[in-house]
Amino acid sequence: MYGNLSVIDAQPNMPSEEEDPKLLAEFEARIDRGEKIEPHDWMPREYRRQLIRMIEQHAHSEIIGALPEGTWITRAPGFKRKMALMAKVQDEVGHGQLLYSAAETLGKSREAMINDLLSGKSKYSNVFNYPALTWGDTAVIAWLIDAGAIVNQVANSKGSYGPYCRALERICQEESFHLKYGYDNVVTLATGTETQRAMVQEALNRWWQPIMHFHGPPDTVSVHTEKLVRWKVKMATNDEMRQEFLDGYVPKIWELGLTVPDPNLHKNPETGLWEFTEPDWEEFKRVINGDGPCNKERLAVRRMAEEEGRWVREALKRPSQKYVAPLA
Amino acid sequence: MSNDAALKDLLFRMADDDLIIAHRNSEWTGLGPIMEEDIAFSSIAQDKLGHSLALYTLLETLGEAEPDTTAFTRDEAQFRCCHLVEYPIGGYDFSLMRHFLFDMADMLRFELLESSSYEPLAKLAAKVRGEIKYHVFHAATWVEQLGAKGSEESHARMQSSLNLVYPLALGIFEPSQFEAELAASGIFAGEAALQEKWIAAISPILERSNLRIPAVADPAQAYGGRRGYHTEHLQPMLTEMTEVFRIDPTASW
Repeated sequence: MYGNLSVIDAQPNMPSEEEDPKLLAEFEARIDRGEKIEPHDWMPREYRRQLIRMIEQHAHSEIIGALPEGTWITRAPGFKRKMALMAKVQDEVGHGQLLYSAAETLGKSREAMINDLLSGKSKYSNVFNYPALTWGDTAVIAWLIDAGAIVNQVANSKGSYGPYCRALERICQEESFHLKYGYDNVVTLATGTETQRAMVQEALNRWWQPIMHFHGPPDTVSVHTEKLVRWKVKMATNDEMRQEFLDGYVPKIWELGLTVPDPNLHKNPETGLWEFTEPDWEEFKRVINGDGPCNKERLAVRRMAEEEGRWVREALKRPSQKYVAPLA
Repeated sequence: MSNDAALKDLLFRMADDDLIIAHRNSEWTGLGPIMEEDIAFSSIAQDKLGHSLALYTLLETLGEAEPDTTAFTRDEAQFRCCHLVEYPIGGYDFSLMRHFLFDMADMLRFELLESSSYEPLAKLAAKVRGEIKYHVFHAATWVEQLGAKGSEESHARMQSSLNLVYPLALGIFEPSQFEAELAASGIFAGEAALQEKWIAAISPILERSNLRIPAVADPAQAYGGRRGYHTEHLQPMLTEMTEVFRIDPTASW
């Protein structure tokens, strides 16, 4: 699961003029022809840097994303749900593994990426800084957060970097099962007892703002991404992805008799676009910068796992072996 | 059927062991020492959960409640799992050693059950043994790696975990009141026979791993689970496991 792609490095981009103009022109021509860039191909430094950031953030989101749902594996009601949730969260960790490997092909080791996660230098998707308070939250996460992620990931799987695209194709297939699981779970609660119905409605109310934050700030205030679009690093704008998500899922939410906590949410028949109350973008910024309800807890859990597991990793090391980047 | 009580007792032991160890192993999701181990422990947990479901389903055909009710509504005293599986996950060394000792017994048990006179169990055994073989392979590879091929620290940790886990593992083989009946009817060769095979199977692997099996003065110290007497760890775990289900046990979840 992943979102907030818009949180692109705010530092000024490295000017392309510093790159060899001939190589840059060839590179851009390849992208225009729809070719994939592979790890050992020439690429602009800025392309490499942005991709590492993006894939790394995506990988972190998967392993941090395993935590809020992971805490419900031990409480899942009944065999079917327990089995499915175990498999789902396992998939998320597996996605992390795939993505770290994809990012490693660009020259940054998994260890370095995890260190940057733990030090707070590297970000992950904001939604995982919110707690999953009830079983209803896990249903809403599995359905709607995964749905938001699919919108994002399907778009990115058509990008230009081969290893990332291939990882995303596989991830999207698995995510589509998560979405089915999440939907089935939401339907069961929404059509169940009064308590179950209240549980899922309350969860939806809690998660609506993080869901609206998921694809990042509106295009009007997002950082300039023209070059990343040209290089097929960024494949859709935040607003485009949010519209696609709303179009696909708001009708399904309503169909279940659930409500969305935004009285202004409606589709404008003339523009064909969804209109809504802007979520609190100040809160989004605050949470991204570390001040969300669960930021500290999430990183503390990751740090504990890293510390506790250190002796195992040390015991696997061989002085004679050198680091080898994985094959893409 | 006169063997029903004996058969059910055997199935409950096995099903409860698998359910509880599945639950415990799943607690590693997101917390493993390396991501590959999160994934491996989760796979193993999913297999075990599946095995417990299959065993509860056999119990259903013998007149017990359907699996969700059996697994999610009984209280502690009705469980027949051994103490070993009840303990919290502890460190990776503890969980790995438990995984090794438990899965070896689990694999050998199903191996014996392939020739059980109770045909549904024999069929199930033939089906799941292949999966458990991989669990054992996984555990043994890691035990050897951390025991004999790792660091001084990893060896020390594995030895102290073995010292802790081995006596508990003997509780797997707590004899039941039905041993003679199960053997006579050809349902199961019995806990003593299983324990003997288990010792023979774990010994060379532990030896290769530079690990020494501790002396145990009284194996019965880890007994009780098969009669419904459990460690202090089981009830809190069951309370957590059934937290959502108990909101409304008649609802569909």
